[in-house]
Formats: sequence, C-alpha cells, structure tokens
Amino acid sequence: MPPFDLLANAIVAGLLLGGFYAGVAAGATISFGLLDIANIAHPAFVVFGAYAAFVLSAQFQIDPLVSALVVVPSFYVAGLLVYQIYHWAFERRGDDPMRGLAFFFGLMFVGEVLLILMFGVDYRYTSANYAATTLKLGKIALPLRQLIPFLGAGAILVAAQLFLRRTFLGRAILGVAQDHTAIRLMGANPVRLKRIAFGVSLALAGAAGVLLLILEPVEPSIGRDFIGRVFAIAVLGGMGSLPGTWIAAVLLGVIENLTSIFAGASWAPAVSFGFLLLTLAVRPSGLFGR
Amino acid sequence: MAFMRFFAIAVVVAACLFAAMKSVGNDYVFYAGYTVLEYVVLACAWNILGGYVGYVNFGVAAFLGIGAYTGIALGKIAPLPLPAMMFAGGAVAGLVGLGAGYLTLRLRGIFFAIATLALAVVVQTLVTNWEFVGGSAGVYAIRPKHIAIFGSYIEYMVFLMLSLAVVVIAVSRAIETSGMGLGFIAIRDDEIAAEATGVPTLRLKLIATTLSGAFMGMAGAPLPYYITFLEPSSAFNLSYAVNSIAMPLIGGTTAWFGPVLGALLLGISQQVVTVTISSEVNLLIVGFLLIGFVVLAPQGLIGLLGLAGRRRAA
Repeated sequence: MPPFDLLANAIVAGLLLGGFYAGVAAGATISFGLLDIANIAHPAFVVFGAYAAFVLSAQFQIDPLVSALVVVPSFYVAGLLVYQIYHWAFERRGDDPMRGLAFFFGLMFVGEVLLILMFGVDYRYTSANYAATTLKLGKIALPLRQLIPFLGAGAILVAAQLFLRRTFLGRAILGVAQDHTAIRLMGANPVRLKRIAFGVSLALAGAAGVLLLILEPVEPSIGRDFIGRVFAIAVLGGMGSLPGTWIAAVLLGVIENLTSIFAGASWAPAVSFGFLLLTLAVRPSGLFGR
Repeated sequence: MAFMRFFAIAVVVAACLFAAMKSVGNDYVFYAGYTVLEYVVLACAWNILGGYVGYVNFGVAAFLGIGAYTGIALGKIAPLPLPAMMFAGGAVAGLVGLGAGYLTLRLRGIFFAIATLALAVVVQTLVTNWEFVGGSAGVYAIRPKHIAIFGSYIEYMVFLMLSLAVVVIAVSRAIETSGMGLGFIAIRDDEIAAEATGVPTLRLKLIATTLSGAFMGMAGAPLPYYITFLEPSSAFNLSYAVNSIAMPLIGGTTAWFGPVLGALLLGISQQVVTVTISSEVNLLIVGFLLIGFVVLAPQGLIGLLGLAGRRRAA
C-alpha cells in the first residue's frame, strides 16, 4: 500500500491534468462528435496555439493568458478557412472520408515540420512567473502551472456548453448534428453552420494551446501524444457531449498519472491508446453513449 | 495463366533492374535503391487495404517496427538467415493486423484509422519497455561479414527487397483481377450495399488487413541490418506512415501501378532532395504534395494520365 500522501497527490495531480485534457478534447468533441469531421490534426492545432502564445510572449512580452485574446480569434478564422477547403474538396463530393483523413494527416505533418524548421526541436516554455508558484492545501500540492490549465479548460468547456445549449446559433449547430436535412428544411444553411462550428472547434484548440504552454514546455511533435488522448476522450465521453468529455478526460488523467507514478513514466503513453483500443473494441458508444 | 505471364515479366524487369544497379559499380546506388524499393513494398502493401478496400491505416510504422523487432528478437535467440526472419516478421505483423482488424473493423472506417494510430504508439511503448530487444537505448544489428553469391551484404538486401516488391506487385495485381478484388471495391464504394448483396465484408476486410500488415512486416525485418543500429524512435518514425500514405494517394490508388509510380517518383526524388537540401525540407515537400493531391487530384497521377478506371476483364 503506497503512503496516503503520495496517493492523494497523485490523484489530485491526475485530476488537474485530466481537466486540462478536457480542454484539449473539447474542440475535437465538437468537430468529431457533432460534425462528423475526424480532424486528427486537432492536437497539432493545439501545439500551434502553444507556439503562437510562445511567440507573442517572447517577442512582445505578452502574458500567455492575455495572448489568448489574439490566438483564439485568429484560430477561429483559420478554422473557417480549413473547413471551407475540407467542404469544397471532400464533404461536397460525399462519400470519401479516406481522403479527408489523409488531408488532415498531411496538415498535421506539414505543420509539425514547419515548426521544426522555424523553432528547432528544443523545448520552449513560458517565462511567466506564476508558472513556478505552488499552492499548498494541507499536504496536497497545487502547482499553479497545473491549476491554471485545469481552471482554464473548465472555463472553455462551460463556455462551449453554454454556447451550444443557450444560444440560437449553438442550438442550430446541435440541430445540424442531429439532422442535416431537417435543418435545411427550416431554411438554414447547414454548411454555414458547420463552418462556424468548425471555427469554434479550432478556436478552442487555440485556447487549449495557450494553456498547454503554461502546463509544460512544448516541442513540435508533442501533439502526437495527444492524438490518442483526444480521441479516447471523445469516444469515451459519448461523442459530442461536453459533460461526458470532462468526466472521461478526468478519468483518463487520473489513470495515466497513477500509471506513470507507480509503473514508470515510459508506460504512460500506452495508457490513453490502450484505453482507446479497449473502448473501441468493447464499448464504441462510449461510457455515456445511448 | 495471365498471372504467370505477369509474374514472369515482373521477374525479368526486376532482374534487369538489379543488373543495371550492379553495372553502376557503386554501393551508394544499392543504399538508395534499398530505400526506394522498401517504399515500393510499403506503398503497395498499404494500398491493398487503403486503396482497394478504402480503410486508412496510419499505423504503417507499427507493422514495419513489428517486423524489424521480430527479426531482432529472433536473432537474439537463434541467428537465422534473413529470408526466414522476413517470413517470421511478416507472420507476426500479419497476426497483429488480423487482431487489430478483428477488434475495430466492425465499426465505421474512421475508428479503424484512429485505432491504427493508437496501435503505433502502443507497440512503440511496449518495445521501448522491452529490455530484451534493446529497450529505449536501442540495439546494434551486426551484418554478417560475408555472404555467398552476392559480393556485399547490401546487394543481398536489395535482392531480397526487390524479390519482395515483385511478390507484392504480383499479389496486388492478382487481387485486382480476381473476384476478391471486386468484393474489395464493392466495400470501398458502399459497404452497406455490399453487405446487403452478400459480399462477406468482414472476412474480406480481415484478409486485406492481414495481407497488408504481413507485407509491411516482411519489409521491416531487414531494416535493422540496413541501418545497423535500431532504436524505437527510428523504427516507429512517423515519416514511414506519411510516405506510405502519400505515395499511393499521389500515384493513384485504384490500380497497382499507382503506388509503384508514386513510390518510385517520391522515393527517388527524396533520395536526391535529402542529399542536396535537407531531410526536413524533403518531408515538407511530401506533406504538401499529399495535401495538394488529395485536394486537387483525387485519382492521383494515374488519374491525371488517364490510366485509372481502365479494368481488364477478370
């Protein structure tokens, strides 16, 4: 039996980490779960967001959290653009998801190589001073570099959930996800709605990227570690449900953290992918699926 | 007998190619040629599942790495000749393909694609933690000093890879002209309709996954001896997956000469670019070509050249 303090700290750290994963997965839950667009480049966009925040903070001494004000809108616009290409080249032609996958795979790869050419493979980190501070709650440590991403990701999820459930536009997007044809009969343009939703999903990726820079140093290929996590969470969370996403993410974070503490950090990457393979094999509708 | 004739022609072409490489009298030709041939095999193997059946495999590196590490593990137990290692690597990779396919192929295609991405990471993690085959530190593969008939070991390896390429191409073409190939195409075009008309979809998909995985594993077995020092990060490099997907999609996925054309063009130009410019720029070019072709030329080069869609009567 491991000492209680160690166990409690491991679980809390996993909770904080999992909360951040939920922020990374939120955008993918929208694009993959609601729009049926398997954007496997989503984690790569999160890393682009982290690098954008890094450049802003290194060049103009802008705090990473403030830089989100620039990063999030520009990622929204990028999302509109990417969706336009995706729709024009693949969705419009109908039945060829294979090429769409290859397209996102290519985007991910090109982005990664461009980052390597521009920044090298060194780890980049933020110099914001709160990143080194740690709060104490009794014997449990709450480092700000983990607490801020946890809270920030929570804010992302709440905002996205309110947008989808409470606004007219958000409900229309949920409508597209449910019935493409019916929305058209209501006189709305499904392509426009999906474009906006994809823009939102990339905007969330940008926001998660800012949080990623605070959480840990980044290097160009770090996004690959997140592919398994993001899709494991999206599937486990029940495809398109943001509360389900949060629960699945926290669960994964805790299990991953316990694994890396008690079995060794080199095993951690297999946890999320093993989780994913297991979910797909046993319960593809997810923990909270209907 | 059309198959035998095609196979005989392929063997003759391969023999001429080998003789031509030998006549240059420079080992570099063999080193570069090995990589290009490896990509011909990988691209054709990928295309058996990806091009004919329409299921995307992102885990090329997993199958290649399984082949390579099967060879390493066997070599530690009992040093076998390279062809035996290739068969062993192919068998293990084929079994893994069968297992992964059995778990996920009943779901939508997208889940299979994501599962293969996952597979690459899981296998890499297992190998990284497996000290017997070197773990994360890597392992040296010592080439035998001398090899009968062939002067140098690299010539021997090129010969094996060339033979494998001939086999993969012949199998690809045999699939295209057979009833099984028609079943594959039916699945690609409309799986539900295929199922409804009595095509045994799950069985065909499993056959394709196993074949495709086995050929990738066979291509992987000689890899340790080619690079002489194998570590997980090089054996499971993402660039294998990118290239193996880009080559068929650029060449064209509907017929066997699509991936061959793509692999030869991209493989040879990459050898040139890597030497003259840099390997990062080379990967960047591959990525942009991949995006450009899937967006603008969905039928690839053979579509642009007007060769796609032409089908010989089975």
